This record gives sequence, C-alpha cells and structure tokens, in this order.
Amino acid sequence: MFVLIVGAGRVGSSVARSALVAGHEVSILDEDPLSHERLEAGLDGSWEDNGGRFTVGTGIEMAALTAAGIDQADVFIASTDGDNTNLTIAQIARKRFGVEHVIVRVLDPARSDWYAEKHGLNTVCPTKHAIQQFEQALITAAG
Amino acid sequence: MYVVVTGGGKVGLNLARELIGNGHEVTLIEGWRPRYLRIEQELEHAVQYGDATELWVLERAGIQRADLVVAVTGDDEDNMLICQVAKEKYMCARIIARVNNPRNVQHFKLLGIQPAVSATDLILNLIEHDIPGHGLVHLLDLPDEQLEIIEVEVTPDAPAAGRRVADIELPEGALVISVLVPGKPGFVPTAETVVNPGDEVLIVLDPGLEDTITMQFNPNGVRPGG
Repeated sequence: MFVLIVGAGRVGSSVARSALVAGHEVSILDEDPLSHERLEAGLDGSWEDNGGRFTVGTGIEMAALTAAGIDQADVFIASTDGDNTNLTIAQIARKRFGVEHVIVRVLDPARSDWYAEKHGLNTVCPTKHAIQQFEQALITAAG
Repeated sequence: MYVVVTGGGKVGLNLARELIGNGHEVTLIEGWRPRYLRIEQELEHAVQYGDATELWVLERAGIQRADLVVAVTGDDEDNMLICQVAKEKYMCARIIARVNNPRNVQHFKLLGIQPAVSATDLILNLIEHDIPGHGLVHLLDLPDEQLEIIEVEVTPDAPAAGRRVADIELPEGALVISVLVPGKPGFVPTAETVVNPGDEVLIVLDPGLEDTITMQFNPNGVRPGG
C-alpha cells in the first residue's frame, strides 16, 4: 500500500519506519527538513536508500500534497503536532482526493470523538490513552 | 443578536467594539493571555479567555444560542474548524470566516464554510478595478454556475477594433453583452454594432476563455505566460 504521512515527529517517524519495514511504500511530508534525520535514526542507510520518500512542505499546500504523492495514497496519516492542522488536512485528503483510509491524530478527546462520529475519520487520541494509563497506575499505586 | 467572535486581534477587537456599539450582545474569545487581559480592561465581561477551537470553550461562551459566529483568528485551520463545529455541531444559523492566506479559500469551500472573507482578495479585486489599461477586469465570478463577466478595453491594434460584433472571432462560450462608449450610456449591441478603439466591452464567458478573448480586444493586455 502507498502510505502518506504528514508530520514526522516522534509519532509520525516511528509509524513511517515500521510501515516501510512492513513493505509498504511510504512518503513523508514535513515542513521541517530536520525531520528527515529523525526518520533515519535506527535505520541502516538513508531513508531514500530504504525506499522512502520525503517532501518538505506543509499539509495544507496543494502543491506539497501533490508532490508527496497524495493522488496515489491508499492511506493518509495526519500526525503533525497541531490538532487543527491534522483535522483540516485529513478532511482535504478525504473530500478532495478521496483517500480511502484517513487516520488522524487529535489530542483533544472531545473533538476526537466528534470527528470520528460525525465525519467518519479514524481518529487516534493519545490523550485518552495517557488518561487511562495514569488512572491504572494510580489504582496500582494505591494498592 | 448574539454574536460570538473568535480571535481578539485588530479585526476581532474592532468588530466586537462596533457590534457592541450597535447594540448587539457579543462574546469575544481570545486565547493569548496578555492580549486577553488587555482587552478585558475595555470589554470587561464581553471577552473570555480560551482556545476557541476547544468545544468546552465555545460552550462556555454560549455558542448554542449564538445567532452568528465570526471566526477571525490569524490561523486559517482554526477559523475553518471553529466554523465547522459552529455550523454542524451547534447548528448556528450564520457563520463568517476570515481567510488569512488566499490560497486556502478552496479549503474553506471544500468544508462548506461560507462566506469566507479574504482581505487580500478584496484588495486585489480593487486594484484590478482601479488600474486603467490593465486590459481585463473581472466584474463578476459565479464559480458554481461556471460563468464570468469581464470588462475589456478595445485597443487600436486589436483584431476586433473597427469590426461589427458579428465579425469578431469569439470562442464558443463567450458573448458580448454590452458596449460602453466613452461619454455615452452603455447599450446592448446588435450583430451590426461596430466596436471602436477606446470602447469598453462587457463579455459573459465560461471560465478559462479570458486569454483568447483578450487577444481579440486587447492583445497587449494578455498576462505574461497566460
């Protein structure tokens, strides 16, 4: 499958590496050229030598999305550090480009739920997981 | 009318001030603490502190009963999403969004956020109307109907100069609807009307035909690379 990931921070770059190792075509779009180095951490050889693609740009620019190959994308992952950017570009991927699988990181639990329910986006909310883990840890600590 | 304004920059603050002055009830939401504190000195309870893209902040501001939500932050993604939830989750009757980067107008449309106001585009339109001899002026764009009306000045070297309307080579999808002769009222031409240099011609056309038409009336006005 062709996977386009916008935002290669800690989350995006890890998902990108594992997708590449799993044999998928992976294209990254990130506004910071430094993210390219993060991608290569733990890889033998460069990101490109391993078959990855990297484009510098933001996910709201049509030219950048096109350069990163959104027309071929089977999966679109919005994992920048901004909820509003992620929710916007996820809807662009879905509505403008008709990408079949759109996965979007939303830190705000309330909007994560609403966009999943109302717009059918596959939202991932790290905050919810953190809350659960804290609560579990607290229960354990309290004995 | 109850109006929720998000973003307390120059646009949002002046808007809030004017609306309050006109007797409307207003809540302005500002997420940057120093700016909020400054505005609070003037607007008191009419300003609230918080990130207007968070649902609980909008709810605290009473978005459920807002007649109008105006999103004028400096961030286009924020403005789009604020209007989207205002419209789809809280069923606000009217929304107005500010577009900071005119390239994002298409995204506002895609998400159904209308009207979306771009100051850059408004000023650009004024510039095009105000500079004479620019060749071509867009008078009306109807993107949904796939129609435009343009005004073009006829230059002496133009193929159309001195010709009857019937003889002007226009592409399919374009029609001369009026001729403006300097010093005279505009009129609807017949096939026999002769178009002269210095006249201005109004044409209704399908989008994308501008350059072909400019070649006929104002060959030097064709945009570089157009």
